[in-house]
Amino acid sequence: MKTGPNTPEDVTDERRGLSRRELLKCSAWAGAGVLWVMSGGIPRAFALDDAGAVLKGDLLASDFHFVQISDTHIGFNKEANPEPLKTLQLAIDKVIALPKKPSLILHTGDITHLSKAEEFDTADQVLKRLPSTVHYVPGEHDTLDEGGGKAYLARYGKGTKGNGWYSFDDHGVHFIGLVNVFDFQPGREATLGADQLQWLADDLRAVATSTPVVVFTHIPLWTIYQPWGWGTEDGDQAIAMLRKYGSVTVLNGHIHQVIQKVEGNITFHTARSTSYPQPAPGTAPAPGPMTVPADQLRNYLGITDVKATQGDHPLALINSTLI
Amino acid sequence: MKKYAQMLALSGVLASASTWAQDIQIDIKEFMYSPKELTVAVGTKVTWVNDDQVPHTVAEVNKVFRSGALDTNDSFSYTFLIPGTFEYFCILHPQMIGSVRVTQ
Repeated sequence: MKTGPNTPEDVTDERRGLSRRELLKCSAWAGAGVLWVMSGGIPRAFALDDAGAVLKGDLLASDFHFVQISDTHIGFNKEANPEPLKTLQLAIDKVIALPKKPSLILHTGDITHLSKAEEFDTADQVLKRLPSTVHYVPGEHDTLDEGGGKAYLARYGKGTKGNGWYSFDDHGVHFIGLVNVFDFQPGREATLGADQLQWLADDLRAVATSTPVVVFTHIPLWTIYQPWGWGTEDGDQAIAMLRKYGSVTVLNGHIHQVIQKVEGNITFHTARSTSYPQPAPGTAPAPGPMTVPADQLRNYLGITDVKATQGDHPLALINSTLI
Repeated sequence: MKKYAQMLALSGVLASASTWAQDIQIDIKEFMYSPKELTVAVGTKVTWVNDDQVPHTVAEVNKVFRSGALDTNDSFSYTFLIPGTFEYFCILHPQMIGSVRVTQ
């Protein structure tokens, strides 16, 4: 088995189950309802019962799943990945090869690199190969046209509110696409803005607290690393509205790496990119593209498969790289 | 008001004509404007050049000037004709901030 970006000694054959080392390593991530396990370089989430035991069987019994892809950056062509179109093709192949067709696909933004019409066209042509309907939210790289996001909204904004936010239901899960890549202010984190927060409050009014909720947005809704602007300033207001729900999963992109956190019933997760990796928070002078040896690039890129079981369980997230 | 500003700008140009300012370059590297703070004489043309692998922008907070997306090696220039302090940031990475102080 090829290993991911983790050092070899951190990788344990998943057939051996959880080693003490893994458990210790994961303890920082374990919340009330979910346990993240690093296995073969792939973090996996397992539901926990009240006593803290792993409910591994529930994963297999899942009857509904969807896929998150993110940060395709079509148009990027620099050293960190001269061919992001090729790695996107690999990601799509991976989705097509899943044993069961996903019910839907979420693209959490930065479809393009520079919001050029030809980049949107190319992305559209390639993403058409995905086997299920794709639901988008914009990244800040999708708002670089002269109209400051009008190009994105013309293509993907049909039926959405404001700068492209919306919600829909699928398999009993309430999906909410939020937008936090407009109206940036100097020295500040991203914002959702008062209009969108008001819309969210109205939208949730009709959603029962027993309904699983999936929120997807580009920039992490919680602050991962302020010096790099990896957070949403008024994200906590949105999170406060979600606390009463039994199962909430917040999916983001933007930072081109997997980072997870569990807070009460809310699981936060950021996905890998399909284009180029970025450094872990604070490990480099700047958050720019991280160049890794070409034969290792696919270890840093990937997709996320999200499985939902009927009942009061957190959703299980399985991140896989493009190897 | 606008007319007054134009007159002010014009007088600034005339006043500094004898010591015509040099063009100055600000490098954008590793998500920083370098130099981050700059003082120039009225009439100075400042050019920002992006050395990073990702695009950046130069956006004055009061929209006095705004570049489009600057990809690697792209540049944007603005000639300062009015004294004052102009603060700017990158609309893609708002933690990137800089300022130009323009003196007579």
